[in-house]
Amino acid sequence: MSETGHNPDPDNSTGGEIPAGPEPAFSMRGNLLHRNLLTALLLAPATMWLVVFLVLPFVAIAIFSVGERAPEGGYQAALTFAQYANLPARATAFWNTMVLAPAGALACLLVAYPVAYYLALRAPQRWRLILLALIVIPFWTSLLMRTYAWMYILGGRGIPALLAYVGIEDLRLINTPGAVLLGIVYGYLPLMILPIYVSLERLDRRLLEASADLGATPLSTFIGVTLRLSLPGVMTGFSLVMILLLGEYLIPTLLGGGKVFFIGNALVDLFLQSRNWPFGSAIAITLVLVSVVVLIVANRISTRLSGARRVDLI
Amino acid sequence: MRAFVVAVFAFLYLPIALVVLFSFNAGHHASEFTGFSVQWYGKALSNPFLVEALKNSLFIATASALLAALCGTAAALGLQRIGARTRALFDALLGAAIVVPGVVIGISTLVALVQLFAVVNPFLASLWPSDQPPRLALGYGSIIAAHGLFSMALVTMIVGTRLGSLDRNLVEASSDLYATPLTTFRSIVLPQIMPAVTAGFLLAFTFSFDDFIIAFFVAGAQTTLPIYVFASIRRGVTPEINAIATIVLAASVLLVLLAQWQLGRRKPSP
Repeated sequence: MSETGHNPDPDNSTGGEIPAGPEPAFSMRGNLLHRNLLTALLLAPATMWLVVFLVLPFVAIAIFSVGERAPEGGYQAALTFAQYANLPARATAFWNTMVLAPAGALACLLVAYPVAYYLALRAPQRWRLILLALIVIPFWTSLLMRTYAWMYILGGRGIPALLAYVGIEDLRLINTPGAVLLGIVYGYLPLMILPIYVSLERLDRRLLEASADLGATPLSTFIGVTLRLSLPGVMTGFSLVMILLLGEYLIPTLLGGGKVFFIGNALVDLFLQSRNWPFGSAIAITLVLVSVVVLIVANRISTRLSGARRVDLI
Repeated sequence: MRAFVVAVFAFLYLPIALVVLFSFNAGHHASEFTGFSVQWYGKALSNPFLVEALKNSLFIATASALLAALCGTAAALGLQRIGARTRALFDALLGAAIVVPGVVIGISTLVALVQLFAVVNPFLASLWPSDQPPRLALGYGSIIAAHGLFSMALVTMIVGTRLGSLDRNLVEASSDLYATPLTTFRSIVLPQIMPAVTAGFLLAFTFSFDDFIIAFFVAGAQTTLPIYVFASIRRGVTPEINAIATIVLAASVLLVLLAQWQLGRRKPSP
């Protein structure tokens, strides 16, 4: 994410199409028509892309979700809420996702907070950027490959084989909820650390000194000042990780085997195997609605606690 | 706390290190390292399906990242020139393109394109003079477009951030000295935002090259490297996959480091 929306730009604060103040610094000083034409040309490709590959597809699955399955698979036009009424048929997928996504986000948070705290407030200055880069790199490397590494470690020839040497037999690690949770923490830890780091890094250190000078114990300074002021970062990280987890497919598939499946698995099944597109669309719409609710709740909490802050992902 | 942080870094890097180590294993088995060998790299690179998938991925990643860098930069420049309300709508859509889970992007694009093709293909056929009209189908184009959505949003945000911190005094000085707007853009604005554009391109490339779930839905008959690797993982873990994984990991790390280096250049001091 960026801070795009946060630059107070006097040129663009009027709310109308044409800025009333001085022109944006590097605009064409042509006539109005010329100006607007150039603006339109600059924005046209992105607009087309957003409309054709984001808005229209979303409208398409919204329409599909109130349709019926054609006898040979695919879609048949209808106006019915039968697909939504049928959602309990995939209750296990919803249940697994709704339990493991928040649990995974929470586990990420518990591991991420001390790391972010150390990086922002304790690490030596010259190490800070290097350590931060070491956190970011895994985030941008293939989740498939990183999850595969754990398949390797938890699989029959990995840790269980080592444990068999010391006499612990028949331990099954892979294809359990625990393995999925581990994969989640491994995959999404960087995404949780970054926003918390940013909110801690911007913390006014004089507040910590003031708190200590006023006789607060380190613990109450931490709870009353540090933790409280970093909560927006915590909420950003938590909601981002949680939303991405709601749509996760690779981790439950590779580390959960056929046993721990998510909504993502149900969607792959419905769209690519059993070809029940209307039902799949209803599930996808529900997934998006849940994500939106998570975002709104997190945003509310975040703005209530202090000004909303956004974060650099890279 | 230091010990905990060290442990977390170990947790992040040991599994990757293990994959890299075993990609050089002479033996077949994952539990014992029997000697150094690069045979699995040879096996991987002489596998025609794998090389084909790798080529596809490289082509798709380059195309989608180029498109995203061009359109995203144009959009970031355009966003500076419109009113706050339109801009907020645009920002919301760009945010949605980034935040909506890949699985939803994948299926909705699949559904929309299949419907679109069902309408367009008969229309094309009716217009076409000969017997073999062009048929639109899922493939390179649909993967490039679907990857480009996320990438373009990413580039717009990165370049937009850089534009926000642009030194406007230079721009004003330039026009005060009677430079044409185009000259000002070429010699002042472009050099300042170029690192952000390059970083955006590299991250977009990395995203597309690594993405599995979106391509899984919209690839049609095509195979990308992640799709191939996913399919072979499901058939069973082999040292050959370790070799591919090592190559892909090394390439991604290199690209991300390049991107970070680009972003770090000429960063105006706060």
